[in-house]
Amino acid sequence: MKRWIVLVILLIVLVGLTVWTTSVGDIGIFHAFTYADIITHTRDHLIMVFWAVLIAVLIGVPLGTLVTRPGFSRVSPLVLGGANVGQSIPSLAIIAIMATLPFSLFFFDFGFNRETAIVALIIYGLLPIIRNSYASMSNINPALIESARGMGMTRWQIIRKIELPLAIPVIMTGIRVSTVVTVGTAELAVLVGGKGLGTITFTGVFAREVLLIIQGAAPTAFLAISLGVILESIEKWITPRGLKIKAINS
Amino acid sequence: MIKLEKVIKVYADGKKAVNEMSFEVDQGELCVFLGPSGCGKTTTMKMINRLIPITSGKISIDGVENTKINASELRRNIGYAIQEIGLFTHMTVGQNIETVPVLKGWSKSQRRERAEELLELVRMKPSEFIDKYPNELSGGQRQRVGVARALGADPPILLMDEPFGAIDPINRVELQSEFLKIQQKIKKTIIFVTHDIYEAIKMGDRIALMKDGKLVQYDTPANLLYRPKDAFVEGFVGADRALKGLQLLRVKEVMSSTYTTANMKEKAEVARERMEKEGVDWLPVVDNSGRFAGGISISDVTGVKSKTVKDVMSPSETTSDINAVLNEALSLMLSSGLKTLPIVVEDNRLAGILTFDAIQEALHEAVRAGGTK
Repeated sequence: MKRWIVLVILLIVLVGLTVWTTSVGDIGIFHAFTYADIITHTRDHLIMVFWAVLIAVLIGVPLGTLVTRPGFSRVSPLVLGGANVGQSIPSLAIIAIMATLPFSLFFFDFGFNRETAIVALIIYGLLPIIRNSYASMSNINPALIESARGMGMTRWQIIRKIELPLAIPVIMTGIRVSTVVTVGTAELAVLVGGKGLGTITFTGVFAREVLLIIQGAAPTAFLAISLGVILESIEKWITPRGLKIKAINS
Repeated sequence: MIKLEKVIKVYADGKKAVNEMSFEVDQGELCVFLGPSGCGKTTTMKMINRLIPITSGKISIDGVENTKINASELRRNIGYAIQEIGLFTHMTVGQNIETVPVLKGWSKSQRRERAEELLELVRMKPSEFIDKYPNELSGGQRQRVGVARALGADPPILLMDEPFGAIDPINRVELQSEFLKIQQKIKKTIIFVTHDIYEAIKMGDRIALMKDGKLVQYDTPANLLYRPKDAFVEGFVGADRALKGLQLLRVKEVMSSTYTTANMKEKAEVARERMEKEGVDWLPVVDNSGRFAGGISISDVTGVKSKTVKDVMSPSETTSDINAVLNEALSLMLSSGLKTLPIVVEDNRLAGILTFDAIQEALHEAVRAGGTK
């Protein structure tokens, strides 16, 4: 309950800051961004985050699952280590490096564009998803897998009916963490030709106008917090009821 | 019928887990795989439903070699229960039991009906338990659901790997007895793995005693006890094999059904005369419809005048069911201090009496006969 009160107050403050900075009109020699601008940039921001997280999920969950299979035990440190390295490089560096890559990958060219920003966000957002998928899939009680096999479930049926439902709460946590991190990192997209709320924030940074920085930062924080809350409720809703009950005796 | 022919399992590390195992398990028989850990009993069992691939040899079920059938298909027709139970925690009890029926594509109503029927069978009230989750159950209840799940699609064969191994001793004995009753109804062909000799003797129609991947003796429990093939078997069944043999005998086989009783309504003195004539110092007391009510000893009826048996008897409820296993009856006698145990059938009607002498006689007989039961 307390947590909710804090959250609501925080969100109100962030909305208040946005409204205030927008209604100032002139900031020094600059014009403040209008509501229409903020909405456009928020939309662009969300689109980038959406694609980045979606692709990170599509890569991360299968990859995290795959390395828990018996044949891939040797590859798993490699994959987990790789994802770790991806996250330990500073986000700004990842985005900058991506933009300067002089080659093409499949259907798009690296360079100063939105796609480059999204690829960088994917790399940065993969770790929590891979790590949580791996942890949850490898932590499933082997007795459950054995009895599923013994009752005649195929490999695919075991993944679909047993492993995924049991792992989904932890995987969802990974997706939530990844989303929140990506909302923040996406601020930097503007530096390599992307769009989003970073446009406002970095205008403020370059102009040394605190109010403009706040005008970009407040809606970003609002996005990160509210997405986190929404995904957390989805997480609770998607968790199978049987897993929410604590065992009376194990 | 399950038939093993020269079955060999060599693991990747070169360890020979099962070495030329050959025997047959008849239809409707409960066959116990018994032996110390590492003897190959679980490996042998898992080769039957191909959870472990066979290295060489042949395992056939009703004449069809098991490698000729698709592995998943094969397993859906063989019930499987393990010590860890492995109930799916995200599914309800009902959904757990319906696992194999779902895989086999049964209709929803058919599945539900089956789940309810099976819960009844393992003595759990369907309306109360079918929608519960495994985490809401006690250990014993989970074990029952595990058995019900193994019976889900009514498979002709059941494989059970120490199914009662994780249960506390009191509940284990109860579950064993209950499962035996269930087996009498369903008559499945069962492979039952255990390392517990008591459990093996109690459960098995036949016992396959294994050691180091080899079959040492494949026999009835009585033969294993009284005609051990070699020193290993003798050592494994233990020096107290005569005591263990108590589990093989039922009260009704040992009790005497010719005995004297006293009636509640009769005069105490009449009863005393009868006791003196028979040379006994204790009589069971029954009411007019033959129900057991208590007992009188010679001291109860000495020096009493114009009293009925009812006035002087000591009421008692310590009795044994006619179908009880002899060791249970014996331990009841020892713990209650009774030298004569009244044996009753349904409705508490007296059917016979059991004495220490009779037990000793029966054991002697069994050992001498060498267990040709």
